[in-house]
Amino acid sequence: MTEHGTMRVKSGLAEMLKGGVIMDVVNAEQAKIAEEAGACAVMALERVPADIRVDGGVARMSDPDMIKGIQAAVTIPVMAKCRIGHFAEAQVLEALDVDYIDESEVLTPADNLHHVNKWDFKVPFVCGATNLGEALRRIAEGAAMIRSKGEAGTGDVSNAVTHMRSITGGIRRLVSLRDDELYTEAKNLQAPLELVQWVAANGRLPVVMFTAGGIATPADASLCMQLGADGVFVGSGIFKSGDPEKRARAIVEATTHYMDADVVARVSAGLGEAMVGIATSTLGASDLLESRGW
Amino acid sequence: MLRFSLRRRCHAPDTIRQMEPLQIGVLAVQGNFREHAAMLRTLGADVTEVRKPEQLEGLDGLVLPGGESTTFTRLMGLYGLDEAIRSFDRPVFGTCAGMIVLDRSHLGLVDIHVRRNAFGRQLASFETDLDVAGIDGPMRAVFIRAPWIEDAGDGVEILASVDDHPVVARDGRFLVASFHPELTDDTRLHQLFLDAVRAARGVGEPHLRLATGQEVDDVLAQPELRAAGG
Repeated sequence: MTEHGTMRVKSGLAEMLKGGVIMDVVNAEQAKIAEEAGACAVMALERVPADIRVDGGVARMSDPDMIKGIQAAVTIPVMAKCRIGHFAEAQVLEALDVDYIDESEVLTPADNLHHVNKWDFKVPFVCGATNLGEALRRIAEGAAMIRSKGEAGTGDVSNAVTHMRSITGGIRRLVSLRDDELYTEAKNLQAPLELVQWVAANGRLPVVMFTAGGIATPADASLCMQLGADGVFVGSGIFKSGDPEKRARAIVEATTHYMDADVVARVSAGLGEAMVGIATSTLGASDLLESRGW
Repeated sequence: MLRFSLRRRCHAPDTIRQMEPLQIGVLAVQGNFREHAAMLRTLGADVTEVRKPEQLEGLDGLVLPGGESTTFTRLMGLYGLDEAIRSFDRPVFGTCAGMIVLDRSHLGLVDIHVRRNAFGRQLASFETDLDVAGIDGPMRAVFIRAPWIEDAGDGVEILASVDDHPVVARDGRFLVASFHPELTDDTRLHQLFLDAVRAARGVGEPHLRLATGQEVDDVLAQPELRAAGG
């Protein structure tokens, strides 16, 4: 029997992206630069998170024409973002035949209580998470890929590190528990017992986990990979820097050879200006994107 | 323990080497290398992740996994892995992106032309029951933005097709598949590859004949040896 849109088919694409870099692009030219630099996929959006942060206002799904333009420009997978809980935007993106939907806190949430029921879709979803419970709730809703949220558009990697350590530390803790302790732990994590038991038995999430939010340098990518990420999303970090092409190539190379400090050192040299950063510790609570979603 | 006692008593180092685990490399510049490695290990192979040319040394076989072929191409070119793979003379198994990079217009090692994303984008990805020549009973085959073989040379043996599009093929020491056997628990295609690797290493079957002319199974059955090993 032939089946489309099974969980195995959805999470299968994420499996193929592992060890790779997914880059935010706002037009076909940037998408081509990303593809030539070795990106394993691109995220099509109208404004990178750094600009969304500056512009303020409501951030929504991108113009379909813009997404189609990027789909026509590259052969690698094209992802696009919908607002948290905005299942109609997700339906539009599925109709556009995007390869992955990012239900993203970078856009302004459309629903303050509910995320999209991702089981309703044949297109796979990636969702952000700041801790293990949040990651498992998204997977319970049908997410086929998880990314640590970090703090998008800042160039400050500290929140991504916090989230990676929180998720991987939570997994290590589950592995150490007795079977009869997992019931209460599921309650504490506010996550389905079956998923909690699966993680405890397997020592990892049941889907691929990338890092996102604030990655701006090859060493940032290496750091997140060493902390247990399967790959990295780079948003504003590339096309808000002085030499996007060179930086894109460098981050791709550092992600593959993340354990080889000689390689990371070599590709880190002469990259020009990194994106101007915002230390997340200076942001007010209302400016933090990571607290969107629950 | 049994292997150790054989080594000590039989003085047949060449035969013993043939019994040692197969050394299989998995290209690990990007993509689904971890699942291939895990599956190969369950089949008894020793696995090396290959990111640089020198890591090909001493390998009995190589797997090129799924992933993004454009990413592979760039990262292989950076360190001369493309040339190193061209001169690697052992059996090679390529799946999905791994099949693409082996074709005429990439590494040029397999006499096929592969059409990328031939089935379509992710929404067209699917899983199905696939009959593969040489494998008994269908495999559950997962196709992700999968390619197919658009054209194959006369020496290429087509082992499976979907809607008349070839998706599994063998060309001498090369085995290629456009789906992802590593995403299921079905190890049979990997076993088929390892059988080819073992044959290329000079060992036909697990029923080894020792230099003394004895069958290994017979030697292992000797009470004194079992006592020594145990």
